[in-house]
Amino acid sequence: MPDDSPHDDPAQDEIQESSGVSRRDFLKISGISAAAVPMLATKVVLAGGAPVKVYGPGKVPVELTINGQKHTLQLEPRVILLDALRDQLEITGAKRVCDRGECGACTVIMNGKAVYACSVLAIEAQGKPITTVESLMQGDNLHPIQQAFVDNDASQCGFCTPGFVVAFKAFLDQHPNATPEELQRGLSGNFCRCGTYHGIQLAIAQMTQKGA
Amino acid sequence: MPDYGWPNPQQSSLIGKRVSRVDSPVKVSGRAKYSYDYHGANQLFGKVVRSPYAKAKVISIDTSAAEKIPGVQAIEIIQKPNTTVQWAGDEIVAVAAVDESTAEDAARLIKIQYQPMAYLVSDAEPPAGAAEAAGPMSEDDVWDAVDNQMPDAAFIQYVQEHGISFHPTEDLLKEFKGDDASDAVLDALRKAQYHAPTGQGSHSYYQKAAAQTVGDPDKAFAEAEVISEGLYGAQVITHCCLESHGSTSEWPDKDHLFTHISTQNVSGIAAQMAEPMGVPAANIRVHQDHIGGGFGSKFAADRWDITAARLSKKAGGKPVRIMLERDAELEVAGARPSAYARVKVAAKKDGTLTGWQSQSWGTGGPGGGGAPPIPYVFSIPNQKKEHTAIRNNIGPARAWRAPSHPQAATITMGALDDLAAKLNMDPLDLWLKNLEITGPRKDTYREELAIGADLMGWKDKWRPRGQNISGNLARGLGLSLHTWGGRGHNSDCDLTIHPDGSVDIKMGTQDIGTGTRTTIVMVAADTLGLPIDAINLYIGDSMYPPSGGSGGSTTPGGVSSSTRRAAVDAREALFEKVAPSLNAQPADLESVNGSVRVKSDPSRSLSWKQACSKLGAVPLTVRGKNPDKSRPPDLTNSGVGGVGMADVEVDLETGIVKVKKMVAVQDCGLIIDVKTAESSCYGAMTMGISYALYEEKVMDQNTGRMLNPNMEFYRLAGLNDIPELVVHMMTGKGYDERGVIGLGEPPVISPGAAISNAVANAIGVRVSFLPITPDKVLAALEQKNASGKAGA
Repeated sequence: MPDDSPHDDPAQDEIQESSGVSRRDFLKISGISAAAVPMLATKVVLAGGAPVKVYGPGKVPVELTINGQKHTLQLEPRVILLDALRDQLEITGAKRVCDRGECGACTVIMNGKAVYACSVLAIEAQGKPITTVESLMQGDNLHPIQQAFVDNDASQCGFCTPGFVVAFKAFLDQHPNATPEELQRGLSGNFCRCGTYHGIQLAIAQMTQKGA
Repeated sequence: MPDYGWPNPQQSSLIGKRVSRVDSPVKVSGRAKYSYDYHGANQLFGKVVRSPYAKAKVISIDTSAAEKIPGVQAIEIIQKPNTTVQWAGDEIVAVAAVDESTAEDAARLIKIQYQPMAYLVSDAEPPAGAAEAAGPMSEDDVWDAVDNQMPDAAFIQYVQEHGISFHPTEDLLKEFKGDDASDAVLDALRKAQYHAPTGQGSHSYYQKAAAQTVGDPDKAFAEAEVISEGLYGAQVITHCCLESHGSTSEWPDKDHLFTHISTQNVSGIAAQMAEPMGVPAANIRVHQDHIGGGFGSKFAADRWDITAARLSKKAGGKPVRIMLERDAELEVAGARPSAYARVKVAAKKDGTLTGWQSQSWGTGGPGGGGAPPIPYVFSIPNQKKEHTAIRNNIGPARAWRAPSHPQAATITMGALDDLAAKLNMDPLDLWLKNLEITGPRKDTYREELAIGADLMGWKDKWRPRGQNISGNLARGLGLSLHTWGGRGHNSDCDLTIHPDGSVDIKMGTQDIGTGTRTTIVMVAADTLGLPIDAINLYIGDSMYPPSGGSGGSTTPGGVSSSTRRAAVDAREALFEKVAPSLNAQPADLESVNGSVRVKSDPSRSLSWKQACSKLGAVPLTVRGKNPDKSRPPDLTNSGVGGVGMADVEVDLETGIVKVKKMVAVQDCGLIIDVKTAESSCYGAMTMGISYALYEEKVMDQNTGRMLNPNMEFYRLAGLNDIPELVVHMMTGKGYDERGVIGLGEPPVISPGAAISNAVANAIGVRVSFLPITPDKVLAALEQKNASGKAGA
């Protein structure tokens, strides 16, 4: 616990002003002049010796391939893949929870690997096939992982569930003969609040039994 | 009159069986739509500018630069200049713009001047003599309480108990109302007793509650054969709902509001929004399909929800979404109050409890908060209790799954466990010895302790404190008891049978992940003799008949009772229409396996569909209610008991605690769905591991802010922290016939206490406060070693 004395702020009588530096201001300060970048064309600059494409800061065309379907969007380069999915395409299975790559609720598969969609810019996701939880069902049939979650009641409120299911699929795709211990480690980048881990452990057991 | 009573689960088609959660398929496939997922046409995005200071006066607000940003469509000042902000992260201004980045840019350009003020964010033991008795409320206190959003009930109770020290003119009351004071509060102020200002009490950080005495504690301690003393407590934690708080609101026309809100209280939101929005509750529609966690923190239309609705109105009715960012969710959207206590327990040598003394303290944020219900479960005959509430600037408290009970269990069960250690008794024996003073659930506890001990292997595994160490690893067992009410809330259910045989249920309830949908359709299907997928269930909308908020474990009893009564009445009404075709009396019919047939001659039967066609052209709708004295029996009940046990391993070198096994034994009357009931217990044990070992809202005394408002350092238990979990639900005779009782709260109460006791059993010394982090374990071991050497 913190120390127990009430805090007497020395600045108590001063009037203070809260001010923030906007990202645009930051770009100006840091020397990559936003104004110097043409609004639509893609410019290449050297950063640390390597050529890097510069987009924006205004909206740029972005082409994403989601669940096998191509989508062309106009997005500011700062838009993250998760928001592009949720707010532009209304593909809402991936959830926004922690805002910064800590909880796994926004997990999607990109180029065959599980990624946190909150930590990938939409422009970075171009040209890379993206799979979301929405594509896992085959017609009316649940994917076996999804069925294992249903059978073992591995969701309560369900907000973390799509992230877990997608992370599960990505891990099994890459490690088809994974042991329960390996799978449990593979899913440790995802958090649940209701406490469905017991059900998820049983789902892991069910899936690894089938695989054996 | 038909028999509304519950069928015997042994003869039921569904009730008391294991049925998979009916909304699992939509959840696992990402099709379940949460309020956060709602996206309206031309939707705007709201961002809130929050106070960086724990306490400060707002001096000025300049939104002119933000207004000039293209894409900004509305700005709303939430707290005007001259308002005193009482916690960091409090809402000052909000902006709505065409996309989220534009709203963020605009929010950054809003200039707010503050005058920072002295604050307290600690909940450490009050310094001696600091606590003051509560006094009458001054006008300043009322402003503070209004600015603090002090809950109406607490506000009114305080005014009734302590009076006010100013004269509430109607003009002044109007000003309070302008700052969102409710009519009920204004009325309480009008009626309040006037007292001369005392110059103390209401402004202190530390407010002393009246001391409570039961029996003759002085005599009990004077005559005690043994006295055990200790320090125990549970920290402030947050709810950390994965779906943050918030809503999207829109005005389809200037008189009607439609809000998509993440709430545990679908039927209660409209009435809360009516007054601030200036429209009748009937003009407000509330909708929610799924909610991503609430745990007690989502009953209100919060200030940000009112703000989203106001921004929408300013923007011509376009939908405006404000969902809290994770840092705001952890800073301002609710926290569980802390409770700590210095405790002395008096007992006889055989373990019989005779006396309790406690000096407790804790914080529920600006409102202070009440004393924990200690001693918990055990009504020790002689007691003396003092409590000091700390009114600090950490942000407001909200109900957290089983309010006050986990804290009370941690304190009480810790104190009794230390007493058992002092007496060299197995705590299981000490618990059993004192069951007589646990009240009406004593036989349940006895039965549950026996089952729990068996499932844990207690008698084989238990060793006296500090005597199960191998190498660096110490093993230990701990246990705790708990209780809860859980009577079903008010609930209305409309059940319609259509002439084509389809069945609809409409109810303004919500499924917060507890299996409410599953419970409702199981009860209806069982009563009508249909499979569960024959029931179309519509919940989560204020257009449906009202049903209570999902809090206090009141939902299962409420919705199952109203559904049962509706289904029985609908079935009887259908029998009336069908009887002539089967050449029988309505009372001779039964509805089983999808057919309506004559009980004595099942060959005379109609399929469900054929039977429903006898309704003619008009569907049959009946309303079932809970409570409903005209349709006995009472289908719900109150009062459950449960046991929690933990087996832990502590690394004496690193201080890391690993839970190896947990057992929960729980009764909750008649269980509708055993599968989801067990899940509630698994989940509760998991949350228990989390708050016992990892979670804490850590406040920084230097900045007045929360240090860990994120999911990296606000640590939840993860998949690898979960040991073997064993659940045993009490069913059968003595339980089933009690009726349906809620289950959400009780199993989350004992795990923290059981883990704390198991750690003490393992390492031979008490770690006083949760969470039991490695640094505290090592400090306790060091202290034990130092005192051991000093004593030698």
